[in-house]
Amino acid sequence: MMLNGAEYEEKWLAEGIAGIQHNAFYMHRALDSSNLREALKYSAQMLSELRTSKLSPHKYYELYMRAFDELRKLEMFFEDDSKHGVSVVDLYELVQHAGNILPRLYLLCTVGSVYIKSKEAPAKEVLKDLVEMCRGVQHPIRGLFLRSYLAQISRDKLPDIDFEYEGDAETVMDAVDFVLQNFTEMNKLWVRMQHQGPGRVREKRENERSELQDLVGKNLHVLSQIEGVDLEIYKETVLPRVLEQIVNCKDDLAQYYLMDCIIQVFPDEFHLQTLETLLGACPQLQPTVDVKTVLSRLMDRLSNYAASSTDVLPEFLQVEAFTKLSNAIGKVIEAQVDMPVVGAITLYVSLLTFTLRVHPDQLDYVDQVLGVCVKKLSDVRKLEDNQATKQVVALLSAPLEKYNDIVTALTLSNYPRVMDHLDNGTNKVMAMVIVQSIMKNNTCISTADKVEVLFELIKGLIKDIDGADVDELDEEDFKDEQNSVSRLIHMLYSNEPEEMLKIICTVRKHTMAGGPKRLPFTVPSLIFSALRLIRRLHGQDGDIVEEVQATPKKIFQLLTKIIEALSAVPSPELALRLYLQCAEAANDCDLEHVAYEFFTQAFLLYEEEIADSKAQVTAIHLVIGTLQRMNVFGVENRDTLTHKATGYSARLLKKPDQCRAVYACSHLFWVDDQEGIKDGERVLLCLKRALRIANAAQQMANVARGSSGPVTLFVEILNKYIYFFEKGNQQITSAAIQGLIELINTEMQSDNTTPDTALDAFLASTLRYVQFQKQKGGILGEKFESIKL
Amino acid sequence: MNYLVGAFKPPCNVFISFADGRNRKQVVIEPIHGKKVEHNGVKIELLGQIELYFDRGNFYDFTSLVRELDIPGELYERKTYPFEFSSVEMPYESYNGVNVRLRYILKVTISRNYVSNIVEYQDFVVRNYTPPPSINNSIKMEVGIEDCLHIEFEYSKSKYHLKDVIIGKIYFLLVRIKLKNMELEIRRRESTGSGPNTYVETETLAKFELMDGSPVRGESIPIRLFLSPYELTPTYRNINNKFSVKYYLNLVLVDEEDRRYFKQQEITIYRLLES
Repeated sequence: MMLNGAEYEEKWLAEGIAGIQHNAFYMHRALDSSNLREALKYSAQMLSELRTSKLSPHKYYELYMRAFDELRKLEMFFEDDSKHGVSVVDLYELVQHAGNILPRLYLLCTVGSVYIKSKEAPAKEVLKDLVEMCRGVQHPIRGLFLRSYLAQISRDKLPDIDFEYEGDAETVMDAVDFVLQNFTEMNKLWVRMQHQGPGRVREKRENERSELQDLVGKNLHVLSQIEGVDLEIYKETVLPRVLEQIVNCKDDLAQYYLMDCIIQVFPDEFHLQTLETLLGACPQLQPTVDVKTVLSRLMDRLSNYAASSTDVLPEFLQVEAFTKLSNAIGKVIEAQVDMPVVGAITLYVSLLTFTLRVHPDQLDYVDQVLGVCVKKLSDVRKLEDNQATKQVVALLSAPLEKYNDIVTALTLSNYPRVMDHLDNGTNKVMAMVIVQSIMKNNTCISTADKVEVLFELIKGLIKDIDGADVDELDEEDFKDEQNSVSRLIHMLYSNEPEEMLKIICTVRKHTMAGGPKRLPFTVPSLIFSALRLIRRLHGQDGDIVEEVQATPKKIFQLLTKIIEALSAVPSPELALRLYLQCAEAANDCDLEHVAYEFFTQAFLLYEEEIADSKAQVTAIHLVIGTLQRMNVFGVENRDTLTHKATGYSARLLKKPDQCRAVYACSHLFWVDDQEGIKDGERVLLCLKRALRIANAAQQMANVARGSSGPVTLFVEILNKYIYFFEKGNQQITSAAIQGLIELINTEMQSDNTTPDTALDAFLASTLRYVQFQKQKGGILGEKFESIKL
Repeated sequence: MNYLVGAFKPPCNVFISFADGRNRKQVVIEPIHGKKVEHNGVKIELLGQIELYFDRGNFYDFTSLVRELDIPGELYERKTYPFEFSSVEMPYESYNGVNVRLRYILKVTISRNYVSNIVEYQDFVVRNYTPPPSINNSIKMEVGIEDCLHIEFEYSKSKYHLKDVIIGKIYFLLVRIKLKNMELEIRRRESTGSGPNTYVETETLAKFELMDGSPVRGESIPIRLFLSPYELTPTYRNINNKFSVKYYLNLVLVDEEDRRYFKQQEITIYRLLES
């Protein structure tokens, strides 16, 4: 039967275990009969099973544990000298007679443990002897396990303060020396493992080594547990020696693991006080060591420490933690030429996180970090690497999250420079993050300078960047982005009109570069933002000084230019609306000419650009609505404009549209307030005209489709009649209304009218209104009384 | 037949005993009950003999002393003869080797007429103690195979007493071969005869594993070997021109292909008077 590797190993392990059990049985018998000679013989034979080279660390460990358990029994026997009658000193010699080194040393360690407990020799002497003798085992796995046995049995016997086994002049240093030496030797063995066996199983070997790493790391843990190891000893002895070993072993796996071990097992304040030494080792590590993770962990720990209590913060300042970390990172990056950009950036992210947590008030530190990052990135124009990009985003997001305030970030001069290195897509994402941060925190950006910086930051959103692939843009995303930008514009606000004007100019400067696709989104925001300023200026007028820049007039000039930009898009409907908005604002500011100009522009657009009939309908209603509210115009200007408006209304394409526009025009002649014009005649003219058009529409419908259409129009006109009647237009008589009602009724009853429930309801409620007014009585009631239903 | 047995038996028993708490060194002759022993005199000899096995049991007496115990006469009853060999030179230690034996004997001869003499032997062991040597240099040496293996080893002393400990270390200056382990052997070299008839016999008395696995450059491996468990004798140099016994420490390095690299160093072993 053929066995594969694993099965062979199982078999060897089983044989080893059987060997141990067999000899342990005889050993137990010898122990029971207090036969020292036999006990030594069988225990040595048992331990010989550990001499195997055939097992992987994992399996070897299993074997080792079995032997370990047996050795505990042997140790108890050794301790009881009434049983074997040999002094521990003699015993210590006796076990060294064994011919094979591995059993000999296991036995020696076991007796050594008893020897220390007996206090017949200073613990340090025994420990020193043991750790020295263990050099005889140079086989990595066997050596590692032997030394870990030594570490195990010696753990509770190390000279420490309040040390039970304290002889004369035994100090903590002896314990430290012992553990350090054992650590050093174990590490050497561990590192050497990689050179064992043929090259092709390297990966397997690395796995096996990882399995053993804790055996080595245990020593560092033991060191950290020795109470007597204070900062002084740690600084002067422990750390330098451990680092020396780490650096000298020149093995990436070990270096990484052990650096991490140091960081994890020793207390934070030790790290803080020895930062320089610890960091000094980092650039000396192998280039393949993942230093960034090591440093990140360190910084994580330190920042957690800083977060744990405010009392420790002065310590950080005192040791200049930031400067040291920053320098160390610089050196590491310098030393590791091959480190990918992502590695460097990751380091900076950690440093930044550290800075933000430990020195949130030191903005210049943050800026410094970004600065070095820019320097590192300076040889790559745009980042291609996904991971690196992610890290840069993290780098840039960190200050935003920390300060919750983009204004802070805006003071960081290197911030935009870092962003420049992102690819376009990510740059946009980052810009969005910034914008959203502003929104979320309701941050108001109130100076033009900051606005300038901000737009520099988010320029990916504001304009097309050279070389960007426009086709790739997702329409939805684009809309989202631009909507955000337009929202952002409203967040740029200053109470100082002068400053506000500057902000507007700045925004204009940037948004104008946005190209036809962006303008429809950004211009409205900008316009409204400017209009807000105008309204405010108007509200506080009286003290407007001439040399001041921010006068409504000036702003309106600016607005005209801005809206003109839309013609390039072209987006006439939008421009028209904006013109009307501006006209209304000008109206409020009593600037007749300005308002007139805006209307002119609006009409021009209507004539020249708006061709779509639906758009025309909407536009004409907007114009009418706006015009109706204007009160700044003189008679002449007003006539011109209303005339234009009614003219356009009558020239709409579809009859119903014409009809509705025309009756809407009637409002132009009847403004329902104190000083408003009330030209009843022209109102009536409009309504009559509307009626004519409605009639025409009715006939056309009959001709074209054989069924009469829009009785609705009549009902609508009826409503207008009732409105003006109620408002006291003398030209509208109850007779006219009554006539109209009858007309409607006739139409409704005609055969070829399609029944329409909505229309019925509309008519019914109109009539109910008349009825209601009648019943209400009063002056109005009397007026309505004349209408017979 | 029974009387015949009695007839050939010596007519007396002879006991040779050494001094103890109650008695001095003495020879006791006890005639078998009812018999008398006629003799031409009784003497005791102290002999130091070297016996070479390949020489067909020939003895060489390097020491021979005689004391007369009794003048010719007859013995009827038990008689005790105290004896004394004062200031005897016993320069050599008793030794029982592979090809050679060195022994000391007390030989009592009762000379008789007509019948063969009655002879009784008593072996005794001689040990010579040596004071600690005034000069005891360490053994230190650098050896190697070019570009392959260079080691430096050091044994703290060149002379050890029988219960001594060998302390030392091996320092690896260069290791380009995969070593498997390293042992220290104690070897005894017994050479007998001289000239063309020299016989050399080498025994390995101890194999003591010093190192397991393959060291790298810069490692130093400790040696601590207790001599007490091994049956050693002191070093004997050219004993009476007949034989020598020498001891060697043999450092053996074994590589993974089971090739052995070794270096042998002579050490001197002496017997220290235990205080």
